[in-house]
Amino acid sequence: MASDREHADTRRRLALEVSGLWAGYPGKPPALEDVSFAVPEGEMVGLVGPNGAGKSTLFKSILGIIRPLLGEVRVFGNPVSETRADVAYTPQVEEVDWEFPVSVHDVVLMGRWRGSRPFRRWSREDRDAAEGAIERVGLAELANRQVGELSGGQRRRVLIARSIARGARLLLLDEPFAGLDAAVEYDLLAILDELTDEGCSILIATHDISCVASACHGACCLNRRVQGYGPPADVLTEDVLSRTFERALVPVGADREFIVAEGEGTPGRPEGG
Amino acid sequence: MELAEWLIAPYEYTFMRRALASLLIVSLVGSVVGTFVVHKGLAASGSGLAHATLGGVAIAFVNGASVALGALVAAVATALGIGYARRTSRVSYDTAIAIFFVSAFSLGILVISRRQTYTPDLISFVFGDILGVSQADLVGELILAVVVVGFVLAFYRELVMVAYDPAMASAVGVRTAFFEFSLLVLIAVAVVVALQAIGIVLVTATLIIPPATASLLSRRISRIMAVSFLIGAASSLVGLYASFHAGVAASPAVVLTATAVFAVVLLATSLRRTRLPAAAAAE
Repeated sequence: MASDREHADTRRRLALEVSGLWAGYPGKPPALEDVSFAVPEGEMVGLVGPNGAGKSTLFKSILGIIRPLLGEVRVFGNPVSETRADVAYTPQVEEVDWEFPVSVHDVVLMGRWRGSRPFRRWSREDRDAAEGAIERVGLAELANRQVGELSGGQRRRVLIARSIARGARLLLLDEPFAGLDAAVEYDLLAILDELTDEGCSILIATHDISCVASACHGACCLNRRVQGYGPPADVLTEDVLSRTFERALVPVGADREFIVAEGEGTPGRPEGG
Repeated sequence: MELAEWLIAPYEYTFMRRALASLLIVSLVGSVVGTFVVHKGLAASGSGLAHATLGGVAIAFVNGASVALGALVAAVATALGIGYARRTSRVSYDTAIAIFFVSAFSLGILVISRRQTYTPDLISFVFGDILGVSQADLVGELILAVVVVGFVLAFYRELVMVAYDPAMASAVGVRTAFFEFSLLVLIAVAVVVALQAIGIVLVTATLIIPPATASLLSRRISRIMAVSFLIGAASSLVGLYASFHAGVAASPAVVLTATAVFAVVLLATSLRRTRLPAAAAAE
């Protein structure tokens, strides 16, 4: 569903443009070195890389939480400091305190936050936007549930609804599929697909390479540096992935569409051997 | 003795009226702050901050300064220390709390030990002295309560966002670090509010037991705070009657009443919960 779009169309507006980005934390070697890639408007780009590849540093740079050492990040052509309202971030599901006594509706409302002003309450407009977003992800009947009562897939949908309620045009998703079964992942992808069809642009960090191959318009393989960037079919090769994950990866399956690490979980050779 | 008389008799005394007013303020502050304490697992911080006040109390006492002010300074300083230790990961969080509070507590004991005379005023801070709450104490408690409740009302959305999802909160521009520190300072102030009435040793109870009970009954923050206040207020009344009519110490009576309410609610709600699957199966 992805590759039929003309990826190389440079006239398309860029939702996100990262150019020559060096970023990191004081006293440590840079987590990102000379990173350049883009997310065209209305497309979903998969960000693939091992743990510690710099994915969260990249997200923080896009969100303006950390400043680049060199290079720049632009969102719809503007510097990130001016674009907070345009970007919505969905953290990994483990970073959220699901036991905290808030309802689905409460959580989705958080997406509407636009700045601290003492004694401010949510407006009618905020509430309507939240309700609309909850409906979009199919959780209308659970709107008043405490979030801890939800299943793993529903929890992801709450967080995505929060990003929708924000009205942002660029969504950043950190590992939205981790721990989900295939059917739930498929439902989630359907929602994301709808969003890109409506013009939303999505950057999605994931370990799920086959999802990037089948559902994303573009792929960016990251390990400190960009190891490969472009249409998934061109980027998700044995060579690029082996460099990205710093170990030998072997494509398997009839169309070589699945990729596994050599010597680990390879069919016929159970792990731990 | 008639019931009405039995009920009214204690409040013919000014010190009992002050005690009740003080406990109502303590319940309010304890419920508002304690709801966050219970749901963010900060009970150890509350207990640590309470013990740390002894250092400030003792130093203020020997220097003839306001003891409540000494407690406030010690608690807030410790809260900031704990907050700092939490952000730097060289020592684990509960280790940091323990080091802070035993040190401040030791300082308090050290300062007190230099005095040869018996120091009943200090003892009242350790075990609480509800019946000794003065007019000035009450005014101080009220001011601190207004500050705490006012802050929570003013930044309710931000406090909830940071508690639920700090990563997203900082992504949209909420000053996460500021509100994390604020919560610790709020706990410190809540501890000081309850100190005179409840005492260092039992003060954590006001932050934990009523909100924990209310959390069994509701899963919405604002409702938990309200129910918690009602539980705290009711426990205070019962505890004061027990103290007046049975001649027992008031602050443990209040705490144990709250504990009894907690036990009953826990039992009742677990009975209801175990019955649920059967009901669902019958549908």
